Amino acid sequence: MSYRIALPEIDTFSAWRDVARRLISAEIPPEEILWSRGDSENDLFARPLPPLPKSTITVPKSFVSLARLAIWHCDTTRFHQLYALLWALHPDSTLIEDRGDIRISRLNRMAKEVGRDRHKMHAFLRFREIGDPDAPRRRFAAWFEPSHYTLEPALPFFTDRFGDMDWSIFTPDLSAHFEGGTLRLTEGIEKPALPPDATEDLWRVYFRNIFNPARVKLNAMTSEMPKKYWKNMPEAADIPELIATAEARVRAMAEAAPTMAPKRAEVIKARGKNRDT
Amino acid sequence: MSRLSLEQKLAILSDAAKYDASCASSGGQKRTSKDGKGIGSVTGSGICHAYTPDGRCISLLKILMTNFCIYDCVYCVNRVSSNVRRARFTPEEVVTLTLEFYRRNYIEGLFLSSGIIKSPDDTMADMVRIAKLLRTEHRFRGYIHLKTIPDAAPKLIEEAGLYADRLSINVELPTDSGVKTFAPEKDPVQIRRAMREVKEHKEARSDRSHTGKRPPKFAPAGQSTQMIVGADGANDSTILRTSSRLYTGYRLKRVYYSAFSPIPDSSSALPLIKPPLIREHRLYQADWLLRFYGFDVEEIAESGTEDGNLDLDIDPKLAWALKNRHLFPVDVNRADREMLLRIPGIGQRSVGRILSTRRHRTLRYDDLRRMGANLKQARPFITLLDWHPRGLTDTEHLRARFAPQPQQLQLL
Repeated sequence: MSYRIALPEIDTFSAWRDVARRLISAEIPPEEILWSRGDSENDLFARPLPPLPKSTITVPKSFVSLARLAIWHCDTTRFHQLYALLWALHPDSTLIEDRGDIRISRLNRMAKEVGRDRHKMHAFLRFREIGDPDAPRRRFAAWFEPSHYTLEPALPFFTDRFGDMDWSIFTPDLSAHFEGGTLRLTEGIEKPALPPDATEDLWRVYFRNIFNPARVKLNAMTSEMPKKYWKNMPEAADIPELIATAEARVRAMAEAAPTMAPKRAEVIKARGKNRDT
Repeated sequence: MSRLSLEQKLAILSDAAKYDASCASSGGQKRTSKDGKGIGSVTGSGICHAYTPDGRCISLLKILMTNFCIYDCVYCVNRVSSNVRRARFTPEEVVTLTLEFYRRNYIEGLFLSSGIIKSPDDTMADMVRIAKLLRTEHRFRGYIHLKTIPDAAPKLIEEAGLYADRLSINVELPTDSGVKTFAPEKDPVQIRRAMREVKEHKEARSDRSHTGKRPPKFAPAGQSTQMIVGADGANDSTILRTSSRLYTGYRLKRVYYSAFSPIPDSSSALPLIKPPLIREHRLYQADWLLRFYGFDVEEIAESGTEDGNLDLDIDPKLAWALKNRHLFPVDVNRADREMLLRIPGIGQRSVGRILSTRRHRTLRYDDLRRMGANLKQARPFITLLDWHPRGLTDTEHLRARFAPQPQQLQLL
């Protein structure tokens, strides 16, 4: 018979840490616990956890930073894996330094994947203005589809950066709202229809013109900006045309005969020489 | 001339800015707008907000204030003798574009450069005004990189450093003779003087005063520069020696290498070529070895080709290892950090992991794989508890295992 523990969808890490500390102190081994996020499937043979006293245990710092990321991975065994590692670290905390250990390298890989997902969210999320541009606090909104439960760990970046505006970030799993300096999380929604934003057109002008057709390197682009992100990035709509016309543009540059310098060039250059003497 | 719209100006002045390789937003002083009284933050590590099909990162709004220019640098799209369309932003337009793009999370900040108009001082003063507007009037706390005009008055450069996270001055070409030939109005001595001034300002402002107070930071993300590769005849050894001098002499954060790339309305004095992208890539790899792997510039130069260039087929670390086979195989369980860093296929991070794990037990082949080492490359150069390369290290054909296969000819 095992114990069932349902962790909340918001503030999952603190909840996991709190209960994991108690479980370690009560010496309940990993194989006796069934973890879940939210109140999911009921296991007929599981029983709820008896009340355990609050407790603290010491763990290496690097375990905490590993857990803080890996906990948001979509792998359903993440809570179990973290607890199993914590269990193993309890008698021997130096184990965390063993980067060749299978348990640790697997969790590190998961943490890295969440870290990358968060980084891409910081990079590729696009706000649209949805309120009055002259209001004292302007209002923006964005839709993003992360690959893991990445919204919550991604939020400090947005509150640090966009402090003087109100904004919402919608994802299929959860939504975040920052209003008047206060952050709150609500349920996820389906992709909302955000109003068009004229600045997006200027941004696309920039994207098209900063591209250098003589240096096409598609692998370098797609390895850093995989196609799965494109559908929510306004500038990505221009990519196919930029690629299709690049070669012809380069050929045209090479074939164009040198032109005569404009008349003003001589005047300006003469003026420069006079100043030097 | 008809009045240009903001959109037209943006098209012209971003097109004119794209030949500058740098778009980095790293290393700035950490700031936030959590207090709600401004906009923007600097995280310290920089973010690429998009990639264009040239594989380059868009981190900053990289634009020219104007592409009017009184100089005639042969390789430059904006030289006075070119017939490209000209435009000029007002300071307010640059400020608006930066802020509006920033609020939508398109960019980390602004990288502002300019053609030289009227005089170097006039141009620099306008650029400083834009940075000042952003910082003081709009409380912009994102990243600002200003391309400094080398001939501008020292006072203006000093002011620029108070508003900008990074300053840069392009050395343009790897040798002084190259600059004289292709950028006749620019003076390499003056360029270096300006770089020294930036270095000295930065040093002067990092010391505390007798009261223990720190003066306002000067260009906290340091200074960088750019060299064009493939326009003049300089070989890779010459280029890397120049970089090495710049890193040590002027404390530069980065040297960027920009493969000379075809431009519209090119000069007859400099025929267009296909940009040497692999060469540029190898130079960056060698640059990394200089800065983070303890290599000396002469060691890299010696393991290149006879004409003083890097081997285009294999990376410079592997090239060095192949020329120094007597030092291999290295015992991963015993070698010191310096030697571990020299093993092909093993990066800085893997070295850190090896050292940390080694304190507890002896490493095996699979451990290295889990640590993220590139074993295909490292294999002939290492020994582990359960791995020995035998004769592999010394085989004659070792280079051929790594170099790309010659391409099969195709029927036309």
